[in-house]
Amino acid sequence: MNFETVLFYLFAAVTVFAALRVITARNPLHAVLFLVLAFVSSAGIWMLLEAEFLAIALVLVYVGAVMVLFLFVVMMLDINIEQLRKGFWQWLPLGGLLAALIGVQMVWVLGADEISAGTTAVKHAADYSNTKELGRLIYTDYVYPFEIAAVLLLVAMVAAIALTLRKRRDTKRQDVNKQVKVRREDRVRIVSVPSARQVESVQEAAASNHGHTAD
Amino acid sequence: MNYLASLSPIYAEMFLLVMVCAILIVDLFIVNYTKTVTYLLTQTSLFCTVLILLFTHQPGAAHLFNDMFVHDVMSYVLKVFICLAVMAMLLYSRSYLLVRGLFTGEFLALVMFATLGMMVMTSASNFLTLYLGLELLALSLYAMVALQRDSAIATESAMKYFILGAMASGFLLYGMSMLYGATGSLDINRIADVIQHGTPNKSLLVFGLVFIVAGLAFKLGAVPFHMWVPDVYHGAPTAVTMFIGTAPKLAAFAFVMRILVEALQPLMIHWSGMLMILAVLSMAVGNITAIAQTNLKRMFAYSTIAHMGFLLLGVLSGTIEGYGSAMFYAMVYVLMSLGGFGMIMLLSREGFEADTLNDFKGLNQRSPWLAFMMLLLMFSMAGVPPTVGFYAKFSVLNAALDAGHLTLVVMAVLFSLIGAFYYLRIVKLMYFDAPESHEKIYIQPDSSLLVSLNGMAILLLGIFPNTLMSVCFVSVQQSLLQ
Amino acid sequence: MMEAQALQLVESLLSFLGLWELLRGFIEPAWHVVWTVLKIFAIILPIMGGVAYYTLAERKVLGFMQVRPGPNRVGYWGLLQPVADGLKLLCKEIIIPTNSNKFLFLAAPVLALTPALAAWAVIPFDDGMILADVNAGLLYLLAMTSLGVYGIIIAGWASNSKYAFLGALRSAAQIVSYELAMGFALVCVLLAAQSMNMGDIVRGQQSEYGLFGWYWIPLFPMLVVYFIAGVAETNRAPFDMAEGESEIVAGFHVEYSGMGFALFFLAEYANMILIAALSSVMFLGGWLNPFQGWPVLGELTAWVPGLVWMLGKMSIFLFLFLWLRATFPRYRYDQLMRLGWKVFIPLTLVWVVVVATWMQTPWWLW
Repeated sequence: MNFETVLFYLFAAVTVFAALRVITARNPLHAVLFLVLAFVSSAGIWMLLEAEFLAIALVLVYVGAVMVLFLFVVMMLDINIEQLRKGFWQWLPLGGLLAALIGVQMVWVLGADEISAGTTAVKHAADYSNTKELGRLIYTDYVYPFEIAAVLLLVAMVAAIALTLRKRRDTKRQDVNKQVKVRREDRVRIVSVPSARQVESVQEAAASNHGHTAD
Repeated sequence: MNYLASLSPIYAEMFLLVMVCAILIVDLFIVNYTKTVTYLLTQTSLFCTVLILLFTHQPGAAHLFNDMFVHDVMSYVLKVFICLAVMAMLLYSRSYLLVRGLFTGEFLALVMFATLGMMVMTSASNFLTLYLGLELLALSLYAMVALQRDSAIATESAMKYFILGAMASGFLLYGMSMLYGATGSLDINRIADVIQHGTPNKSLLVFGLVFIVAGLAFKLGAVPFHMWVPDVYHGAPTAVTMFIGTAPKLAAFAFVMRILVEALQPLMIHWSGMLMILAVLSMAVGNITAIAQTNLKRMFAYSTIAHMGFLLLGVLSGTIEGYGSAMFYAMVYVLMSLGGFGMIMLLSREGFEADTLNDFKGLNQRSPWLAFMMLLLMFSMAGVPPTVGFYAKFSVLNAALDAGHLTLVVMAVLFSLIGAFYYLRIVKLMYFDAPESHEKIYIQPDSSLLVSLNGMAILLLGIFPNTLMSVCFVSVQQSLLQ
Repeated sequence: MMEAQALQLVESLLSFLGLWELLRGFIEPAWHVVWTVLKIFAIILPIMGGVAYYTLAERKVLGFMQVRPGPNRVGYWGLLQPVADGLKLLCKEIIIPTNSNKFLFLAAPVLALTPALAAWAVIPFDDGMILADVNAGLLYLLAMTSLGVYGIIIAGWASNSKYAFLGALRSAAQIVSYELAMGFALVCVLLAAQSMNMGDIVRGQQSEYGLFGWYWIPLFPMLVVYFIAGVAETNRAPFDMAEGESEIVAGFHVEYSGMGFALFFLAEYANMILIAALSSVMFLGGWLNPFQGWPVLGELTAWVPGLVWMLGKMSIFLFLFLWLRATFPRYRYDQLMRLGWKVFIPLTLVWVVVVATWMQTPWWLW
């Protein structure tokens, strides 16, 4: 067993453990953090397969952006986990039975020899760049599915905006253009006040100007 | 330039995509809430797509992008029909959506994206593109169902649709990955080749096939994977229900053909058995449950399930006649469905949905012409002779009989007799019952023209079905031969 | 190369002591690991020192700009001030709030500091002076800088305090928003250099025109966007909403004291130095001599080692950080979001297209 195999089993074990904890953790925030851990360790497995682009993209996109937003939402939601779990134990026997049945069937149909790994990944030379290779394939052989996938993302964006953007009348919005265009003359009024007056007249003036001082 | 010319089979899709993006941007600058410009632009682009399809079509099949894309006669015919069906759907639903404030630029864009997805599906020749096209369609549909945000029932049905749809996609992908494991390829022709001539692992193949059939049944709404259909049909705004119930069925037919027939033809002995169960159950559950419905949209949902059973009957025959008649059935179904949902929308007005059976009571007294059109539609759905629905059912049964499925045919006839009851009940309600309201029915001239065309098409195609029938046969034949 | 030489050095040293034969079995197989650890120390220790004296510089510069002396009591000219601060923080008690999540509360500072330090692995200080010369260096950097937000968001949540939570939310939204603009700015660099290897990016800027061959000319808008996004990513003024001491006391680290606070502090400053280093590497030619290839100046300055240039360029950006802090009032939150989403992202997107097109024309001289 060489060092890479040890690493693989380490990452695999962490991934499985974290994935299990995602569904068993009582606190939804912990579940999200375990999911992050699962992502990171799967990125490690990808790294072992010399797929450094996918590994880093997984960390960058999922861990760095998607899961942060997840965390963001989960922190703000008041999830009553007990309510969600209501009936869990009641349905567990039936669900477990079905799952076991499917599992047994799968093993039975596929057999042990089918599951065993027949081939090992090919090692590449040191100057092999997975990123470059991926880019080349995406823009040549797979350009059509790649473009459709891009359209799919556009649809997701349009759909998300269409479903969430609602124009409300009561929001107070600032128009930045107007804010920038403001000149001093619009906001400040320079009033020349005579420097010396009699005491009574000043009081009078103050009383009559009282309403204007607010603007 | 030469490369650009070689892309001509995909010009239609490219044009459509460019136009959606353009419409999305143009729509930003249109304040008018009736969105006339956006609407006209959408219709024009769909029409131009049809024209491009007609002009760029060349006989034979064109393979592009490393065999990911195939343009053959079947995809050509289906794409033209899909675009036409979408145009008709937009025409029908415009005023319905306008009064409900749903006629937005995003709606039109999503419709066009869905159309693009369907076109991608029909001419996919690789599991990757097949799946991506399906998701493009499905994602747009989920969003469209949820678009009516203030309606709890619409949101609920969108949620159900989304979750079950995602599960179906999961099944499909799992099955595809099994096939990939067995054959080492995602390319449809390559897979067929490996299964025929190579030595793939048989049990792995069949294992994958089970998941693929389950996924397909989910997407088609065949029993026992039909639970989402009634809820989604009922909950979605009628215009969206109409959209779900029309053009995507054509794409779904193409999807079934590409996967089961083109890629997995050698496994027919396995999948035809599975389809048999699905078909019988669908026809039984669809037709029997529909009787108990009082809501027309729900009733149509169950009738869809039954119709999908018929479609599967054609596919499982496994002959060119079977596939051709299934394609014919799909087209006829789209035509009937357009009319049926169109009728609900025509009778609806602001704040009122004409989606219960009672709303159709005494329609003859309120508008004899509309009642007559509805009569034609119902006759066609039930499969009463002079209408096209009869020929569709007849040709499917004929093909199944030729393939030796006598018991199946008898059952199908039996269930469609049961089904005839609830279709004819509507006819009875329209002609023999007193109307519940005497409100005047006001219809836009374009919609009334369309509904007349729709009804007449059903009648005329029923009298002269041969042209369309032969188009279907020829396209299936030519696409499968190469 | 240096690795083998260093091993020889160790060998001769130990043979002199007569211990080589004894320890040989332990040292030789593990030498690669030991050497890498040594290199890591050689990077991290100067960064720590840099952080310490950067805080002093900050206070001195702010003092200068506000016409006051700044710290001047501990040591001559305040030079021992950072040491005093460090000692103070070390000795302070660590307080864990009641009802806080203890594990996450203690893990958060570590989560903040680790990515800030890990990112330094791919920074080239001189030609070949780089810990991990990987091909996907730029991507790795983006990934590491995007991880820093976890420390902040977890700290805010685990503290069980509303100020901390508000700060964490603000910070998370801010970092995720500005990451996009930052990423697109880096895409421009990637386009220009045609490589994601940090060393190659610098070498791509080498020319006989000296500083005119660097990417700051064709990518000037990206330099501006990148640096401002960097300021926002590190939660520095004028984008320090996450701390916002006038509204939410000190934001996400309001409940931290002693070393927990010190770690956040270290992370923030290490990130600032990192942004400065990255800006220099990607836009100002890293270790390259600005006068390279110039008639007289070029020859006069040829002897200066690359590391000096690199540090010089970094200090320009580090000074800018302080200058910004001393000059601008804090942004309002909606203004901040608007700047990120409506100004920077469209601008960077457009510039990606501009650069890509420009590179196809004969007018691309870089």
